[in-house]
Amino acid sequence: MRVAEAWRVALDALRANRLRSLLTMLGVIIGVASVVILVAIGTGTKQQVEQQVEGLGSNLLLVVPGRLDVGTAPVVSPLDLTDADAVSRVVGDPGRVAVTVASGATARAGNRSDFTTVQGVLETTPSVFTRSLGRGRYLTGADVDTGRRVAVLGASVARSLFPDRDPLGQQVALAGVRFRVIGVFAPLGQSLGVDRDDEVHVPVTAAQRLWGTRRIDGIAVKAPDRERIDQLGERIVAELSRRHPDTEFSAVTQQQILGVLGDILGVLTGVLAAIAGISLLVGGVGVSNIMLVSVRERTREIGLRKAVGARPRDIGVQFLLEAVLLTSIGGLTGMALGVGTALLVDAFSPIPAAITWWSLALAFGVSAAVGIVFGVVPAQRAGRLDPVVALRAE
Amino acid sequence: MTVAAIEAVDVSRTYELEGVSVSALRGVSLTVDQGEYVAVIGPSGSGKSTLMHLLGGLDRPSGGRLVIGGRDVAGLTAPELATLRNETIGFVFQAFHLLARTSAVDNVALPLVYRGVGARQRRERAAAMLGRVGLGHRLHHRPNQLSGGEQQRVAIARALVTEPAVLLADEPTGNLDTATGEAVLELLERLNAESGVALVMVTHDQEVAARARRRISVRDGLIQSDTRHDRPPSGGPGGPATLEHAPSAEPRSASGSGPGRPPGGPGGAAGATGRLPRAGGAAR
Ligand SMILES: Nc1ncnc2c1ncn2[C@@H]1O[C@H](COP(=O)(O)OP(=O)(O)OP(=O)(O)O)[C@@H](O)[C@H]1O
Ligand SMILES: [Mg+2]
Repeated sequence: MRVAEAWRVALDALRANRLRSLLTMLGVIIGVASVVILVAIGTGTKQQVEQQVEGLGSNLLLVVPGRLDVGTAPVVSPLDLTDADAVSRVVGDPGRVAVTVASGATARAGNRSDFTTVQGVLETTPSVFTRSLGRGRYLTGADVDTGRRVAVLGASVARSLFPDRDPLGQQVALAGVRFRVIGVFAPLGQSLGVDRDDEVHVPVTAAQRLWGTRRIDGIAVKAPDRERIDQLGERIVAELSRRHPDTEFSAVTQQQILGVLGDILGVLTGVLAAIAGISLLVGGVGVSNIMLVSVRERTREIGLRKAVGARPRDIGVQFLLEAVLLTSIGGLTGMALGVGTALLVDAFSPIPAAITWWSLALAFGVSAAVGIVFGVVPAQRAGRLDPVVALRAE
Repeated sequence: MTVAAIEAVDVSRTYELEGVSVSALRGVSLTVDQGEYVAVIGPSGSGKSTLMHLLGGLDRPSGGRLVIGGRDVAGLTAPELATLRNETIGFVFQAFHLLARTSAVDNVALPLVYRGVGARQRRERAAAMLGRVGLGHRLHHRPNQLSGGEQQRVAIARALVTEPAVLLADEPTGNLDTATGEAVLELLERLNAESGVALVMVTHDQEVAARARRRISVRDGLIQSDTRHDRPPSGGPGGPATLEHAPSAEPRSASGSGPGRPPGGPGGAAGATGRLPRAGGAAR
């Protein structure tokens, strides 16, 4: 009965001061909404990155000179194609080994030009990385062996150089050297803000001749099975270290890449959520403030209730409920706002957003807790009021 | 034989104001019997309201012993005292103190909330009580839709809905015009006579005080006189009092207490716990 009365009175108090209640809630609404939105964006980005890294192909092992670490300077690669052959011998299957030597270059066709990334690769690339062709054919072993000047265009390169012509069989000038287009990739889209269709594949031998180098940047291996992938990586690194004693090599799996990216995104999401959490806290201070005002305004009512038999706790519960209702309603509204905004962002912007249940539960729990934490002092103050003094209040 | 509803023995109340103590009551002893009608008079600032707050358990004495409904308030926690107020005391204030935005019936039902009575029964009892104060047709009016006299009658119904032993009214007609005040007064007297609730009422009006069968005069925080009439001088609804009490030469007022007397603890006034003989008509 007493609790029911406390509910009734608390709701009544909020209703009696609609505008004030709304303004007080606003802090909580904004705080909760931003927590929900930012966590959704963080989660969505993470999921997208995971998908894309996994989309590279399964059981992938990337072998690069240097160490995979955030913030370490890139190392000049000592690798060349004989190292790729050595790795093939370790793996036991040349079809599972891909190489790359990449550089930015201007691609020109007729009077159109496009700055793009030219990648010198082996014919194994489409089977090592999951990459499918839209039209034409891919590079062959013969193309690589003879260093033939043929090129496979990424979808966006093809679109910008040949907007209204079939690129197959046409000539493109890469860094001023003419190549014949033999294929066009199927579109892939963006990955981590990079346009993955903005690239041109040519035989690694032709690329080396183009840039006057014998180097390759890195080697990728598609491991035969997931279980022994780390072991295989160690053997490859050992072989390369033997061949180049002065250089450190690392073999990274997708799991490791995901781990590093996940850590970065996790920290980022955490920081953003913490900033949003601060606004929730500020909202809580607003609630505390308004509750003190509410107690002062209703001092005579408190005195009267005490005179007719309300215990300190009855009064305290009444005001605590008012505060918790204020923040909970604010929290629910903020959740709705946050979910709505996140869905809109996901649908109408390139930023991915994914709603997680735990973030909603957390946001609601925190807003209710904010009500308790910031309501308890005003509620205690109300409960302890001296009834005689309270009845005399103006 | 009835037990005293309220018993105060050498009760004092001192306020501390910025380091200065103000003695609002300086040792007051009195007993309120069940069903009594007591008028409390005295000049402004003499301590009447302070006394009423103490008698109703709204405040605690600084010294002396105070027993309400058979329970010594010194031994009660704040929640226990609240429950005691709820069960034994009804307050009527000069300023009505009704909850705005709340209907008459819900205002009256409020004390029952804190007694744990269910919503439905609360309303029934509140409506019945409003009927008894003549407001059966105003159940759902809010305070600002009621006249002053009606508001005070709602407040009276609220005070009585718990069927308390004592009704404490501090200048209940102070905010009302003469005619309305008279009606409220008659209502209080009628309820006192009908339901046997003891009525202790502060008033500034000598004529009103004269209608009560017992008159306590307060001055400077002390009881100056405490007199009884055999029968109310004006035709109060109480009817003629029976002369069941032996007259006493000694008025029952604060004869033992005075400014020179140190504030007494409970032990010092042990003798006063026994019922003093009533002073039938004996006055100073
Ligand atoms: N909270 C308080 N703090 C300090 N002094 C107080 C307090 N309440 C009352 N007093 C003092 O106690 C004395 C008695 O006050 P009280 O209100 O009991 O008088 P009263 O007889 O009811 O007067 P009135 O007829 O004007 O209502 C006064 O001198 C008053 O100033
Ligand atoms: Mg007074």
